[in-house]
Amino acid sequence: MNSSSKSYGLIAEFTTAADILHAAQKVRDAGFSRWDVFTPFPIHGMDGAMGIRNSRVGWFSFLGGATGYTSGMLMVWYMNAYDYPIVIGGKPMFSPFYPFIPCFELTILLGAFGAVLGMMFLNRLPRLHHPLLKNRRFAQATHDKFFLVIECDDPKYSEIVTRKLLEATGSQHIELVED
Amino acid sequence: MSTAAIKVSAPPPELERIPLVENQRSPGWITDKVAGVIEGKTPVWWWCAFIPSLMLVTMLVAMILYLVTTGVGVWGLNHPVMWGWAIINFVWWIGIGHAGTLISAVLFLLRQRWRTSINRAAEAMTIFAVMCAGIYPVIHVGRVWFAWWLFPLPNSNSIWPQFRSPLMWDVFAVSTYFTVSLMFWYVGLIPDLAILRDRSTTKARQFIYGLFALGWTGSNRHWSNYEKAYLILAGLATPLVLSVHSTVSLDFSVSQLPGWHTTIFPPYFVAGAIYSGFGMVLTLMVPLRKMLKLEEIVTMRHIDLMCKVTLATGSIVGYAYIMEYFIAWYSGNPYERFTFWSRLFGKYWYGGWAMLVFNAVVPQVFWSKKVRHNLVAVFIVSILANIGMWFERFVIVVGSLYQDFVPGNWGYYKPTWVDVCTFLGTFGLFFTMFLLFIRFLPLIATSEVKGVTPQADPHHPLGGAKGKEVLHHAG
Repeated sequence: MNSSSKSYGLIAEFTTAADILHAAQKVRDAGFSRWDVFTPFPIHGMDGAMGIRNSRVGWFSFLGGATGYTSGMLMVWYMNAYDYPIVIGGKPMFSPFYPFIPCFELTILLGAFGAVLGMMFLNRLPRLHHPLLKNRRFAQATHDKFFLVIECDDPKYSEIVTRKLLEATGSQHIELVED
Repeated sequence: MSTAAIKVSAPPPELERIPLVENQRSPGWITDKVAGVIEGKTPVWWWCAFIPSLMLVTMLVAMILYLVTTGVGVWGLNHPVMWGWAIINFVWWIGIGHAGTLISAVLFLLRQRWRTSINRAAEAMTIFAVMCAGIYPVIHVGRVWFAWWLFPLPNSNSIWPQFRSPLMWDVFAVSTYFTVSLMFWYVGLIPDLAILRDRSTTKARQFIYGLFALGWTGSNRHWSNYEKAYLILAGLATPLVLSVHSTVSLDFSVSQLPGWHTTIFPPYFVAGAIYSGFGMVLTLMVPLRKMLKLEEIVTMRHIDLMCKVTLATGSIVGYAYIMEYFIAWYSGNPYERFTFWSRLFGKYWYGGWAMLVFNAVVPQVFWSKKVRHNLVAVFIVSILANIGMWFERFVIVVGSLYQDFVPGNWGYYKPTWVDVCTFLGTFGLFFTMFLLFIRFLPLIATSEVKGVTPQADPHHPLGGAKGKEVLHHAG
């Protein structure tokens, strides 16, 4: 463990998608847990190379959608059949069919909110500050460079051995980033 | 895996896929190109388009103020035609708004990777078109200060809106559509806003783009959740986009009026909406790609594919027209037959012919590859498509209302100058928003386009793959 609490992690730069994919496989096999890969676009196969499990966003969306549908049905029943029933064209006060469209739309609406807010929650976004965003080279992560970062807080981290591992993956540039 | 390679000879050149980004441009080049549109000097043509658009917005505001302070009598509405230009324009703008979500959601689920070059601009177009559409239901209720009755709130007598009316369904469909389209657009924008944040040269730009980028870093753990959320949004938006214009069509088809009361309306309206939406995307993208020098990203292949979608949906619309006439005859209903006869030979004969020719016949020219690759022809057809779709709504709304069952009820409808100026004003609003969008936001989904280049594929030689991995690819 690094004694200095000022450092955030070791950052290694790569220039191609294939290089960062292989580097990620090596870091995963070395058993690190607090590390990440930063790319300008999602790379196909990277989740497997990093050992990331299937995202849980779907559960948030499902919860939202189910809430939307039930609350839609309850809302229409309450308004048109319970609180102030009025006969319109001899139609029933409540039936599961006529409110279907509003309920369907509310399913979509809250399902979409569930997906977006769930994604933000799982990613801990929005976040106003990140140590990597202060690094000048790291700005290229949204341009055309690929970065692999191993945090100093990782239990397996050691300044020298980890640097050696990253060098072995063929990175062109390795740097210690301050917190 | 063994390296004993299966011998596959290279495909013949005519089967080679045309690349989505021409000239094997690198991811870095794509960022520079798209961000360059925003970072460069404001072009003169932008001001030449922006100032008149803004003036039209002023006119729109003036027209709405005039309407609200005077009353709906300033429009051409009168018995029996109580739905005039306001509803025509509402349906027309909503229809245009369908292409954006279709491109972003349906083509995403169908894995049409070419969508990446046009989806951002098309989604923006959707949002602005729905904004223009949304004005109409609010102002056409007459007493605008009661527009909140549209929402599920009790009025002053504690009466709730009643959901047995398709008009209430429409409120939910359109407002959901707007909200979800906006969310979809914004989620897609997050990585691209981060690009602009990281490139910004001034503090103000860095702060504003940084704020809206939400601290995006491009972390793969984030991308993993992000891609899942995007997939779910696409999965939700697909039934949504099909439901919105279906619900709009129910406003008509649930009533008993000849010309409205048909079961074909939902699919027919959706096909027409996609047709007009693609027309508008072509109208916008054909000149834009040239003026902003984006021909290598929005390539001729993209134009070609969009023309094919236009052809397909135009033909569906044509089929629906034939079916409508057939059913009007086959039903044996004299009122239905009379309404359809009047469409072509009645007082508004020009509307009936315009919709037939511009929507069903004109797009057939896209069978020819020569026409699809002639940008002037594509531009003209795309505009005719939207003129035709406007007339379709005119025929449906006015054409069915002006002559109903009882001849004593018949009338003739003419728009007033206020109707015309309000409609022109919505164009101003649309183009003002769109011009601001191309000036301040990336009009190409940069990170998505990078993701479909060969450089992004770790198993492609251009993506850095060597030896064994390349074998599978190059054969």
